[in-house]
Amino acid sequence: MHELSIAMSIVEMAQEEAERLGSVQVLAVHLRLGLLSGIVKEALLSSYAMACEATPLEGSQLLIEEIPVEVFCPKCQVPRLVRSIQWFCCPDCSTATPDVLRGRELEVVALEIK
Amino acid sequence: MTAEPRLVEVRKNVLKQNDVLARALRERFREAGVLAVSLVSSPGSGKTAFLEKTLTLLHPRYRVAALVGDLATENDAARLARSQAPVKQIVTGTVCHLEAAMVQNALDGWDLNHLDFLFIENVGNLVCPSSYDLGEDLRFVLLSVTEGEDKPLKYPTIFNSADVAVITKSDLAEAVEFDEVTARRNIQAVRPGMEVLKTSAKTGEGMAEYLQFLERRRKGSRATAAVSK
Repeated sequence: MHELSIAMSIVEMAQEEAERLGSVQVLAVHLRLGLLSGIVKEALLSSYAMACEATPLEGSQLLIEEIPVEVFCPKCQVPRLVRSIQWFCCPDCSTATPDVLRGRELEVVALEIK
Repeated sequence: MTAEPRLVEVRKNVLKQNDVLARALRERFREAGVLAVSLVSSPGSGKTAFLEKTLTLLHPRYRVAALVGDLATENDAARLARSQAPVKQIVTGTVCHLEAAMVQNALDGWDLNHLDFLFIENVGNLVCPSSYDLGEDLRFVLLSVTEGEDKPLKYPTIFNSADVAVITKSDLAEAVEFDEVTARRNIQAVRPGMEVLKTSAKTGEGMAEYLQFLERRRKGSRATAAVSK
């Protein structure tokens, strides 16, 4: 259960950014979360609420955009989304590929402020 | 007048701090010519026995050292110290994984130039360690024959994040009716092309091949370091 420490880093990061923007109020944090990041969305959401307590971000929302796992198919020569993270292969031709292009993201992409 | 809500673009990696430290560690390992190998697995898969055997076999010919992460005890370090290699315990408290900063702190006082191999044993956990880069050159994921063949499918993220899979406790394979073909197929499903080694720290099965693999990788990384100098 490392989601709480991740949530605390997100809150800290958003707070720093809010101060940099002139001590604005943060309404929501937009996060991109890859399916291969090793972070569980539900656990992160509940940890976020905890991490916000008694900080200027209390009451703010964490909006998570889940990023699917995209691999490069060496046979079709194009990026493809895997159907399951239990099977790293091209969904069209079934060629196995370890070449992950997307899906490891864990990044704050935007803040909703006022 | 109240300001209207607006959206500001940020784009910041949440684990940036860890990743920056990990990159710096990797660079230090490269410059010192030491091959850093981390071990991840579930609790009880035989990480410490495997590491003890590794250190004992490498110690006469190479300069080896190990960092071992554990939640509460220092038993593992005491056990590993029997190999005569320098060993330092990282007690993580309630933290379920190692982070690059913990590795950096633990290395304080060690001269990496006097090492050939550094092993980093992570906390027994197949979930949390997957998100944290420790600066290692190779990440080994261990799977004991007693755990069942479907572990890779249950924990695809950590298996995918690793470079090498090591099947441990092979001496027990028959007793527990371990289906090696299925295990290997599952490993390849979550990480196509991954190297798989099969070992027993008890009988020594597969250890010679494993040591050759380590030596090859060390030569390879030293050659790259020499070229880029």
